[in-house]
Amino acid sequence: MITADDRFSATRRLILKGVGSVALVGLGNAPFSVAFAAANDKYPEDAFKQKSDADAIKSLYGKTAEASDKVKLDAPEIAENGAVVPISVATTLENVTSIAFLVSENPNALAASYVIPEGTLPSVANRLKMQKTTNVIAIVEAGGKLYSATKEVKVTVGGCGG
Amino acid sequence: MASTIRVRAISSGDTTEVQALVQHPMDSGFVKGAQGALIPAHFIQQLTFEYDGKTVFLADWGPAVSKDPYVKFTFKGAKKGDDLKISWVDNKGATDATTAKIQ
Repeated sequence: MITADDRFSATRRLILKGVGSVALVGLGNAPFSVAFAAANDKYPEDAFKQKSDADAIKSLYGKTAEASDKVKLDAPEIAENGAVVPISVATTLENVTSIAFLVSENPNALAASYVIPEGTLPSVANRLKMQKTTNVIAIVEAGGKLYSATKEVKVTVGGCGG
Repeated sequence: MASTIRVRAISSGDTTEVQALVQHPMDSGFVKGAQGALIPAHFIQQLTFEYDGKTVFLADWGPAVSKDPYVKFTFKGAKKGDDLKISWVDNKGATDATTAKIQ
């Protein structure tokens, strides 16, 4: 009896050790990638780290957006696969300098931000991941002001893992 | 190795429509692998399109952009046969670049 117990606890110790080292490897990688990205001067690192949509917009632009019917957000009513949701935006506003896409209840709301130089049309299509049913927000910066459009997309299977 | 970037740039008079597809895992950092450990975040941060020495489109991406990302935009001023230069850099410092002829 006693030997059996000893053997059992020895295996258990080994298993625990294994779990511990896996966790350490995981932790070791994360700070490295963050540190590297910070060296990239123009990339809006902080905005991509914000959890809520409001904080991400504030971090990216330093102001708030007003809803506008001149921003046309095109997204599906229902996305069967949250890993690939086709979303596009176009606007009739003039002097557009940037366009951003946010997904409200993703772990980090900001998904993509595009710089639109003069001579490029204010229209972008891309594909985003969505964790669950939530609002997709498109932000258009035109003439120094922010305009937005929001649409709820129902997600059947989430695209952020777990 | 073949380029990770596939581009189609089609001129129609004044404007050029550009569609790009990049091969990249775009790992979000929230997904667990077969061993149960989280796969570290690995995603393209910046994708740049240059025409005639000027940036005509710049994408700043987070991990919420889908795997093998796709993007479409349109710009003015280019002609058929001109070069469009495309490059990306990811959060691990890897990069790739290619040049496409506008059709």
